[in-house]
Amino acid sequence: MALILIIVPLCLAITAFLVPWDRLRPWIVTIGGVVQLGLVAVALATPDVHGLNGWLVLDPVGRVVLGFTTVLFVACSFYVPGYLAQRPAGNKRIFCACVLLVLSILTLITEAYHLGLMWVAIEASTLATAPLLYFNRTPRSLEAVWKYLLIGSVGIALALLGCFFLGYASLYAGRAPSLLLNDLLHNAPYMSRSWLHAAFILLLVGYGTKMGLAPMHTWKPDAYGEAPGVAGTLLAGGLTSGAFLAILRIYRVCIAAGEGNFARKPMIVLGLFSMLVAGLFMAKQKDFKRMLAYSSVEHMGILVLGIGLGGAAAFGTVLHLMNNGFTKGVLFLSAGNIHRAFGSKSTDDVRGALKKVPYSGALLLAGFFAITGTPPFGPFLSEFTIFNAAIGSGQYLIGALFLLMLVVVFVGMGATLLSVLQGEPSPSTAKVLAPERILTVAPAIGLLAIVLMLGIYIPTPVETLLRAAALSLEGR
Amino acid sequence: MAVIIDPLLIVVLLLNFFVLGASRMKSIISGSAAQGVVLGAIALLAHDEFGFQALLIALVTITLKGIGIPWMLGRALRDVGIRREVEPYIGLIPSLLVGALGTGLAILFAHALPLAKQSVGSLLVPTSLSTVLTGFILLTSRRKAISQVVGYLILENGVFIMGLTLVSAMPFLVEMGVLLDLLVGIFVMGIIVNHIQREYASLDTTRLSQLKG
Repeated sequence: MALILIIVPLCLAITAFLVPWDRLRPWIVTIGGVVQLGLVAVALATPDVHGLNGWLVLDPVGRVVLGFTTVLFVACSFYVPGYLAQRPAGNKRIFCACVLLVLSILTLITEAYHLGLMWVAIEASTLATAPLLYFNRTPRSLEAVWKYLLIGSVGIALALLGCFFLGYASLYAGRAPSLLLNDLLHNAPYMSRSWLHAAFILLLVGYGTKMGLAPMHTWKPDAYGEAPGVAGTLLAGGLTSGAFLAILRIYRVCIAAGEGNFARKPMIVLGLFSMLVAGLFMAKQKDFKRMLAYSSVEHMGILVLGIGLGGAAAFGTVLHLMNNGFTKGVLFLSAGNIHRAFGSKSTDDVRGALKKVPYSGALLLAGFFAITGTPPFGPFLSEFTIFNAAIGSGQYLIGALFLLMLVVVFVGMGATLLSVLQGEPSPSTAKVLAPERILTVAPAIGLLAIVLMLGIYIPTPVETLLRAAALSLEGR
Repeated sequence: MAVIIDPLLIVVLLLNFFVLGASRMKSIISGSAAQGVVLGAIALLAHDEFGFQALLIALVTITLKGIGIPWMLGRALRDVGIRREVEPYIGLIPSLLVGALGTGLAILFAHALPLAKQSVGSLLVPTSLSTVLTGFILLTSRRKAISQVVGYLILENGVFIMGLTLVSAMPFLVEMGVLLDLLVGIFVMGIIVNHIQREYASLDTTRLSQLKG
């Protein structure tokens, strides 16, 4: 079962690459999304999913990430045919194949229980998304993809060094070195502390680069700014969550070694710093897609901060991981529609989006309220849970800073987005370059409905998954 | 085994300095190629027994890091017709000094960390850290896209050396996966380098400065 989840999308990626008909190709992505959703539903209902001698294990946190990223992918997979119909120039063959390849690799990341395998998968995800970023073939996207590749690869090389350090920590303890997560959890109490500490820092910085935590986030605004909506969604909702999952796995090793306190401190610092940087750069941001990138930096910060707080914040963090993924889908897909309709993503040119593309405009507005933590949407609930946990555990200063940053972000993001949405479209941009279609609007509406539902009522099976995931991270 | 491995590691360190001090692009690439070949030899010796696996990994390492990737970079270099790294952000002599300082610190740092019995006396850990630092210096101080790719390659070499302390823990498939990722990574970077050249008629990454804020 564990292997099937990886192989099916991989085969479909190859099919999408090989079939000669450009009109059929985008629909293979849709088929892939729907088929994968069915397979994942079966896997999540199965209590024990593993394969390849313990190399692939679907653990509680992996289940959460696999579940929501698959739903997110399904939304993207319906958007792809609508999107590509409005983009006749680009290379659809590579685009569709890479989108499905990303799905396969993302599934591998959620299941990989060997640190080496996980590393290979995360690096492969960087490479598979590079062609998606360069889809529009402009000089700007060239610059973005160059920075993305170089910074991402360097960060991830540091993570590999961290993996080796971790292996060395068990070698020092006189244990047979192994990078299988189960062996590491077992060896953790005996590991050399200094090597474990060094390993954790390297892994946090390395995978933190992939997540886009400040100050390693510099690739993110460029990449997200130039990425097509689908690629932005897959990056901001899917791959960053995969990198966060990798950090969580290392964190579990630290807990098993009794070093949870050591691991939490740098996470709090990185988390607050990311929120701060995001807030500062969002104010006066002229490019609404780049602004979404800073919003992603902010929310990655909230995630590591939530883990850093420890205890009850773990549930809020896992819930927030899911909320962030879905809301980013709403934002990137609707922002992509607006970008195409206006032919620009600068606030100088784009005004009155609500009048010109009413559905996408309304979706972006709702997405903005959701992501900034306004009730009744899901992120409000998860951010509130994290805040509550901070106060409940007596970490008042961190709780206060957390709230302050949320307000700063709300103001900064609101100023830019409202100027895009409100007002009258200027006469020079009155012509709608790419009209809204059912396929480019409905996926975002579906995702928004999920975000709304998660804020009002969490279905029991989802809550069971989240509780199990949070329990494995509380470090008791 | 340390009798043979340590001198080879010193060769790796010397090659780091060679690459840091070289101004001709060709020398930078051949320096990294030589390092790849030496790494292949070390990988062969680091395995406890000369099995089929050790031989295969050594061969693949030499083929990729010593021949394949440098060949790809060399071709890219010929296509774009540049010879020298002009005006690096940090000059050649200062970067050599920084490299030397970094190597010293790496040795001190490796001494501060407790070393497992198996690798005491071996230069594996300090060489690894020093090579990683060399990669960083190249990545941050050079302007040409190809020099930056070589920097990434050398950074990876440093990580690879650290991996040799764990040869028994790294399954064969993962080692191959790491090498494959590296190859594909450099290949994709090569394609991008080519596009940068076509777009800007230059490989100077300072031209990549439209995206700000």
